[in-house]
Amino acid sequence: MQTSDLIRILPEIILAVAGIVVMLLGAFQKQNAGRMHPAIALLGLLGAAGAIAYQYPWRSLDPAFGGMLELDAFSAFFHILFFLVAALVVLSSSEYVAQERLASGEYHALLLFATMGMGLMASSNDLIMIFIGLEISSLASYILVGFRRGVATSSESSLKYFLLGSFATAFLLYGIALMFGATGATNLTEIHLALQAEQNTVTAMASPQLTPLVGPVPTALVGLSIALLFVGFAFKVSAVPFQIWTPDVYQGAPTPVTAFLSTGSKAAAFAVFLRVFMVALEGSAQDWVWLLWVSGLLSMVLGNLAALLQTNIKRMLAYSSIAHAGYILVAFTAHSEEGVAAVMFYLAAYALMNIGAFAVVSHFGNRGERYVEMEHYAGLGYRAPLLAASMTVFLLSLIGIPLTGGFFGKFYIFRAALHADLVWLTVLGVLNSAIAAYYYLRVIVFMYMHPAAEQIPVERVRPAMGFVLIFSMAATFLLGIFPQAVLDFASQAAALLLENLGNGVL
Amino acid sequence: MWLIPILPLLGAALNGLWGKRLPLRGIAAIAVGAVACSFLLALIACLSLGDATRMEVYFPWIAGADFQVDFNLYLDPLSAVMSLIVTGVGLLIHIYSIGYMSGEKGVHRFFAYMNLFLFFMLTLVLAGNYLLLLVGWEGVGLCSYLLIGYYFRREDAADAGKKAFIVTRLGDLGFLIGLILLYTTFGSLDYLVIFPEAAQFPVDSDGSGTLTLIGLLLLAGAVGKSAQIPLYVWLPDAMLGPTPVSALIHAATMVTAGVYIIARSSPIYVQAPEALMVVAVIGCITALYAATIGILQTDIKRILAYSTISQLGYMVMACGVGAFGAAVFHLMTHAFFKALLFLGAGSVIHAMGGEQDIRKMGGLRKKIPVTFWTFLFASLALIGAFPFAGFFSKDEILWRTFTSSTGGGRLLWVLALLTAGLTAVYIGRLVFLTFFGESRADPEVASHIHESPKVMTIPLIVLAVLSLIGGWIGWPRFLGGSNHFERWLEPALAAPAAAHAAGEESLEFLLMGLSLAVAALGVYIAYYLFLKRREAADRLAQASGGIYRLLLNKYYVDEIYRFLFVKPLVMGSTEVLWKTLDVGAIDGAVNLAARTTRSLGNALRKIQSGNIRSYAGWVVLGALLLIGFMVTAAS
Amino acid sequence: MPNYYIQSYIPILMLLAVVILLAVGMLVASYLLGQHRPTREKLTAYECGITPTGDARHRFSVKFYLVAMLFILFDVEVIFLYPWAVIFKELGIFGFVEMLLFLVIVLAGFAYLWKKGALDWTKADSGGL
Repeated sequence: MQTSDLIRILPEIILAVAGIVVMLLGAFQKQNAGRMHPAIALLGLLGAAGAIAYQYPWRSLDPAFGGMLELDAFSAFFHILFFLVAALVVLSSSEYVAQERLASGEYHALLLFATMGMGLMASSNDLIMIFIGLEISSLASYILVGFRRGVATSSESSLKYFLLGSFATAFLLYGIALMFGATGATNLTEIHLALQAEQNTVTAMASPQLTPLVGPVPTALVGLSIALLFVGFAFKVSAVPFQIWTPDVYQGAPTPVTAFLSTGSKAAAFAVFLRVFMVALEGSAQDWVWLLWVSGLLSMVLGNLAALLQTNIKRMLAYSSIAHAGYILVAFTAHSEEGVAAVMFYLAAYALMNIGAFAVVSHFGNRGERYVEMEHYAGLGYRAPLLAASMTVFLLSLIGIPLTGGFFGKFYIFRAALHADLVWLTVLGVLNSAIAAYYYLRVIVFMYMHPAAEQIPVERVRPAMGFVLIFSMAATFLLGIFPQAVLDFASQAAALLLENLGNGVL
Repeated sequence: MWLIPILPLLGAALNGLWGKRLPLRGIAAIAVGAVACSFLLALIACLSLGDATRMEVYFPWIAGADFQVDFNLYLDPLSAVMSLIVTGVGLLIHIYSIGYMSGEKGVHRFFAYMNLFLFFMLTLVLAGNYLLLLVGWEGVGLCSYLLIGYYFRREDAADAGKKAFIVTRLGDLGFLIGLILLYTTFGSLDYLVIFPEAAQFPVDSDGSGTLTLIGLLLLAGAVGKSAQIPLYVWLPDAMLGPTPVSALIHAATMVTAGVYIIARSSPIYVQAPEALMVVAVIGCITALYAATIGILQTDIKRILAYSTISQLGYMVMACGVGAFGAAVFHLMTHAFFKALLFLGAGSVIHAMGGEQDIRKMGGLRKKIPVTFWTFLFASLALIGAFPFAGFFSKDEILWRTFTSSTGGGRLLWVLALLTAGLTAVYIGRLVFLTFFGESRADPEVASHIHESPKVMTIPLIVLAVLSLIGGWIGWPRFLGGSNHFERWLEPALAAPAAAHAAGEESLEFLLMGLSLAVAALGVYIAYYLFLKRREAADRLAQASGGIYRLLLNKYYVDEIYRFLFVKPLVMGSTEVLWKTLDVGAIDGAVNLAARTTRSLGNALRKIQSGNIRSYAGWVVLGALLLIGFMVTAAS
Repeated sequence: MPNYYIQSYIPILMLLAVVILLAVGMLVASYLLGQHRPTREKLTAYECGITPTGDARHRFSVKFYLVAMLFILFDVEVIFLYPWAVIFKELGIFGFVEMLLFLVIVLAGFAYLWKKGALDWTKADSGGL
């Protein structure tokens, strides 16, 4: 091990230390001393971001830990995204934590741990590392989902998430094991080479003793393994047919945690999904592309149709997040450099608008999340104009109206899909985004075109929450008006990710 | 130039954020001032334009290696005319609204939306590329939705808003796909890149090429926005919004965006004659269809709505026969007289204390003279009476259709002529029932009838003058004019490859006379049925002794008329067109789609049982399917 | 060419078959060959010879689970020390520092638990976790 290896995981180290500090502070401090926790969490995130920035440019960094971790531009992009998401969630949950009397120390510690796991996921280049990162972030999220201990639905959703999540992880683990069996490697680049050469690396080396085993990689085994890996990742990104947990869990979880899950965790899962399939399995793309095609289409259709009927806004956003996973899968199906860049851009845009939307839901929900039904939003446009205006911006961006980040996200996705000759998928995708307009608009209709049925108190927006709203709104517009910087970053990262492959560099 | 759209945006922001605290006067000053300044700027820009075109690039929007879009505005005669119409008519309607909306709650909201609408509309017409155009396109849809639903306490108004948004979005889908296709075909979305390149394309004669597809997809967007068959259903419902909104958005500007986009894309369309043919047919059918429905409506605004659909059909048809210049000309004159009709109708409604049913009006001629005279001017312009504005533009369209090289031009012409006749009937009926004859209003209402305040009547007068003289800039050549307008527009528009056969002047004269005659006939019929007959019936009741045999004979004629003309029309219009097609087929289809979606959603909800074992079961099922697929695919 | 890869698993498959056969065979054989004279006493659950009382399925205090989980956690972590101890000399000072760090983290967790009262059996609300 070298010092450079440690520097590569410096962001994760910083987050872990900050997490432990917050956890201990939470235990040893007296009650109500929780004001420092968000500050430390933010400092940790800032430090971690600094550690990423310190290593710029990410183009020429060596892999760390014998190729297990790779801090390339792709991973840096996701790191920054995760830190941003985590920071916004920390800021937007400060009211929530106090109001619901949550254990502030543990809450922030778990958020940091989950972020750390996500960071590991983004940079791992090895199936084992991916699994470790995934578990770190998942275990933390299982607990976060059940954080409102006194509320039955929260505990229920936590348990559901935990059981189904473990179930899906088991599939993933089987996939990893079978992949190792088939190719003799867990490193993604090595798997790629093994599949390309159709030569099992282990058996090839050990040929004297195992001569009868040397031979082509068993394709059926690879196929089986791909299917199992797909189950694991599709579950995490909540793509159909593994979306079933999403509505219940998103609804039951504390709202800031839902925001975190739907943006951070989803992005992390997509990061590994992309890396595994685009780096390791690129050679067998003709097989798995159809899985993506069908899954993407079904996710869009099911997500949007089910969202049409929801009256609970969190549940509606949960279904919409399934649909958005579908859009992202459309770009993924293109399995091109452009497609990868489109996925990355969309994840960034989606994260910002969705966090904003959930921040409004969380603020307006009031104590015990009482006001999360759509009808509660009636007349909000007149009682809290700024809150309603920002919600409108986020919803319009989710629809994909021009001048917002959501528009360019969709635009790039469908462009990538068209360039890959996925005409039908594109048409169906565009059709779906038109259906989706309906349920987002319903919220706007409620806010502006219905008189308030009952007097629902709207708390004053505190500075932290105000910052989150303004930041997300500004970023959403910025991505809609000057998308270029982010897109360039994503394109370069995608190019770099795929470039090494072509040269067969290990 | 960028100030032209930005000013209304500023106005919208000011009124939206702080309007609540301002008095009505302040709100109005901000809104009207912003529009007035932007009108002046547009005027200056147009006058200084000359023969040239101007493309102003501000800063890059997307600057990829293979894909570049800028924030740029493009001023050529077409966008100049459009921006003048938008700001000019918009200004008058804003002034009118001050009077009309006084006393309503949340006026600042109203003006903020109106200004925002103008911002998007100007972005739409001035955009230098299709992507920026899309920004305006979506924006005006959104504002229209907000403004229709302005009286949100009325359930049906909110529903109408939603209907408008959803239906037009159906068309937008096609539009969006068309844009993506444009980009993949030309590698750019910029007008100045696409149009020269499109001209290089071979003419798509068998209708199977990309350009035809693009043309049809753009047409889908235009059909939604400009309320053509089959997506017109939202426009009559949209009349639930405040009347100035109907005038501005649903008569003068937004609904013409579809026509604008077709005219703008004329270099593409001329290379795709099949697409043009579809455009022409859709326009023509819409024009005729909407006019027949218009005859039997009783709500004053609905009549005007169907009339708008019909006139838009005219414009679309003109585009379809390659007469883009005539289409834009009619667009302009129509903006004048239809805005005036709506504002006049608003004034009538205002006077009648909110009554919109023309059967309960009558005899208003004396009570509200200014409204009457301006309304009359607009109506004359609509039916194309010489020398009102509508005469020139409508006649130009008819002439170009008649001489069109497209197959079936003559048939289209006959249908269009018929439409012109029907137009005269329905607008005649509207005028006669509203302003002439006995008052049929409740005495209570009748006693309160009053002329609108000056702030409302002055825009009416200005528009009435425009409805009269607005067409003179397009004075046709054979009447001693030079048709300045179309010659000015020429550089902005492409003409079909096969130039129009220069028709004989005498023939043109004849056709013109014919269309005037048809219009006159239409007015006469309306006069007979809706004004004269009522008197006749009254007298008949008095003279039960059968003294007035002559009158009785006239009554027979009436009966014959009724039997031959009105009855089939009544039957056809209500039973077939309105009830079956409109309510049954089209609303039914929309409802069916909604029902199917709902039942699918319900099925989905059943899957989401909340039972964790069944969830795990679904996961396993999905995994098995995947594994089965992968293993069979791999081996 | 036959796929040797799958073939190499055949012995395992055979073993699996033998195990299943053996287990099922023994159960079936004893059922068929043995005599059955069930009495009430014989059918009751076996609880170390004492007469069973109550239902076997009753809820345990969550404290049992908590302690069991904590035990497993720390147990597994301590097991890391064994392989480390074996190659301690080879790893040198680096290994020492590494293990110290690891222990610090474990101890931090332990301190947290202790402070939270997870180990306090008598505390009413066991663990404000």
